[in-house]
Amino acid sequence: MMQEPLLAVEGLRTHFSTEHGIVKAVDGVDFTIERGGILGMVGESGSGKSVTGLSILRLLESRNATIAGGRVLFDGEDLLTKSAKEMREIRGRRISMVFQNAMTALDPFFRVGDQLVELIRLHQRVDRRTARAKALEALELVRIPEPGRRLSSYPHQLSGGQRQRVIIALALACGPDLLIADEPTTALDATVQKQIIDLLLEVNRELGTAILMITHDFGVVAHTCRTVAVMYAGRIVEAGDVRRVLETPEHPYTLGLMRAVPRVKSGGRRRSDRLHQISGSPPVRMADAEGCAFAPRCPEAVQRCSTAEPPRIGFDAGHSVLCHQRLPITEAGRVSA
Amino acid sequence: MIGFLLRRLGWTVLILIGVSVLVFLLMQLVPGDPVRTMLGMAATGERVEEVRHQLGLDRSLPIQYLDYVAGVLHGELGQSLVLSQPVSSILFPKLLNTVILSAGSLLICLLVGIPLGVLAGARQYSLFDRGSMFLSLAGASVPVYWAALVIVSIFALQLGWFPTSGMYDTRNPGGLADVLHHLVLPAAAAAVVPTAVIARMARGTMVEALQGDHVRMLRASGVPERSVIWRHALRGIMPPVVNIVGLQVGYLLGGIIFVEVVFNWPGLGGQLYTSITAGDMPLIQSGVLFIALVFVLVNLITDVSVALLDPRTRKAA
Repeated sequence: MMQEPLLAVEGLRTHFSTEHGIVKAVDGVDFTIERGGILGMVGESGSGKSVTGLSILRLLESRNATIAGGRVLFDGEDLLTKSAKEMREIRGRRISMVFQNAMTALDPFFRVGDQLVELIRLHQRVDRRTARAKALEALELVRIPEPGRRLSSYPHQLSGGQRQRVIIALALACGPDLLIADEPTTALDATVQKQIIDLLLEVNRELGTAILMITHDFGVVAHTCRTVAVMYAGRIVEAGDVRRVLETPEHPYTLGLMRAVPRVKSGGRRRSDRLHQISGSPPVRMADAEGCAFAPRCPEAVQRCSTAEPPRIGFDAGHSVLCHQRLPITEAGRVSA
Repeated sequence: MIGFLLRRLGWTVLILIGVSVLVFLLMQLVPGDPVRTMLGMAATGERVEEVRHQLGLDRSLPIQYLDYVAGVLHGELGQSLVLSQPVSSILFPKLLNTVILSAGSLLICLLVGIPLGVLAGARQYSLFDRGSMFLSLAGASVPVYWAALVIVSIFALQLGWFPTSGMYDTRNPGGLADVLHHLVLPAAAAAVVPTAVIARMARGTMVEALQGDHVRMLRASGVPERSVIWRHALRGIMPPVVNIVGLQVGYLLGGIIFVEVVFNWPGLGGQLYTSITAGDMPLIQSGVLFIALVFVLVNLITDVSVALLDPRTRKAA
C-alpha cells in the first residue's frame, strides 16, 4: 500500500487583483511531498514559487490576493477549508516557513530567547522555565555557538548566518512535519549558504522534517533535493527526479535555464562559450492569457503554442513536462516528490 | 550610552544658555523704558536715574546679563512691574497649574492618539481607517482657540456636562475631583491638534511595521494578529511615536496659552497673556524662560527615551 503523501497540492490557483486586471500568480499547480521528502521548487523571480509557499500556509489572504481554487491536502486534510484559528494552530507547529531576509526576519526589539519562548508557549502548554529549556535545545539543534549566551542576545548582535540559524530554530522549535524554506540562503554569503543548506539537510535526515525548498539556484536543488519542480509564470512546466531533470531536461525553458548555468570545464573556457541567455523577460500572466506562457520566448514555439493550452506529458519515473512539442509519448503524468 | 547621555546633556546646557541670552535681549529690544513704566510719567529725571542705578540698569549689557543669570540661578526672577510682587511667587503656582493642564492634555493625546493610529494602521483602507484619518486631518487643521470655543459651546453651554471656565468651583472649591472636572474641557481642547498628529504618525508607522519581514515571520509562526499588532508591531513603532509625542508637547505648550485664556485657567499662559498686554517685562521674560526650559527638558527626556527604547542604540551609543 502506498503511503499517503504529507502534502498534496492539487490545482492550486492564486490570483492577485491589480489595477490592470487579475494576475494569475499561481495557475493550477499540482505537486506532492512525501513524509521526510524534499521537493525543490525553482523558477525566476515572479514565477509564483513564493506565492505557492505562502498560499499553502494561507498567508496571502489580504485585500488583493485570493486563492481561487484547488486543494492543499496536508495529512489528508484540506487547509483551504480550515478556519483562521485552525490555520494559526497549524502555522509554526505543523508547518513552518523560513524566509529569504535573514537580516530582517527577526523582531529587532525582542531577545532571541524571548522570541523562541513566545513561540513555544504559543503552541505548547508549558511553563516559562520548560519553554526556556526547549528554546536552548532549539538553538543547540541549529548549531549556534554559545547557545546559552545567544538566548539573551538581540538580533542585531548576531551575524547574518547566525540570524538565519535562529530563524530556522524558531521554525523547528515546535517540531513541524513540513518546513517551507523560501530562498533561505539568498541573502547570505556564499560560504554561509553552504552551511545553512547542510543544516537543513541534517534537519531533514535526523528529524524527518519534510522540506519544500523554494529557490532560484539550481546548485541548491542539485545539492539537496530528490525531486524538483520548475515553475514558470505560475505553472509547473517540468517536474521529476532531480538528476533526470537537470541532466536531460525536456521543457525548452528548463533547457534554456540549464544552458544559462555557468560550468567550469577542464581545460578552461573557450571564447566561443558565451553564457546562454533566454531572450525576453518572464511574463505576468493575466486572466485572459491563452496558450503556453513561455511561447513568446521559446525557440521551439509553433503556432498552436500561443493559442492552445499545453498538455502535460509524462515520461518515465514521474518525470513530466508541460509542452506541445513533446507530444508523441504517453499522456498525463503526475508531479511528485 | 553614557557617552550619548553626556553629549546630549552638554547640548541641553548650550541650548539653555542660548535661550537665556535671547530672553535677556528680549527685554532690551522692547520699546519704552522699564523704569519709566514702573515710576510713571510724573517721576523726576533724578528719581529715574536713581532707580535705574538701584536696578543695575546703568551697567553694560554683558554685566547685566551675568547679573540676570546669577539671579535666575538663585531663583531670583525680579519684581513684577505691575503687581509689585516677586516674579517667582506669581509664576511658580501658575507654572504648576499649567503643568497639570499639560499633563491632562498629554494623557488624552496618548490614550486617544496612539490606539486610534494603531487600529487605523492595522486595518489599512478600512472604513474605520478612512473615517479616523479624515477626522484626524480635520483635527490637525483646526486652530486651537477655535476648537476651544466649539468645545465650550457644545459640552459646557449646551450639554452642561462640564464647567465653562476656571480650575475650581468658586462656590464650593476643593478636592481632586473638582480639579479633574474642570480639567476635562481645556485639556481636550489643547489635545485636539497633537492627538490628530500623533494618530496620523502612529498609523503611518504601523502600516509600515506590519509590512516588515519579522511580522510576516510571526504570522507564519501562528502568532495571533492581536499579539502581532499590540505586542510586536507596537513595540517597534514606539521610538518614532515617542519622538513625535515629544515634538507635540512643544506644540501643546504653545496651544495652552490660548486654551488658558479661553477657559480662564489660572496658568502660565493666561498670566503671560495678561502680562504681555500690560507690558510687564520681567514676568514675560521669566514666563518665556519657563516655557523654554520645559520644552528643552521634554526634548531631553524624549531623546533619551528613544535611545533607551531601541536595543540597537542602547548598547552601541
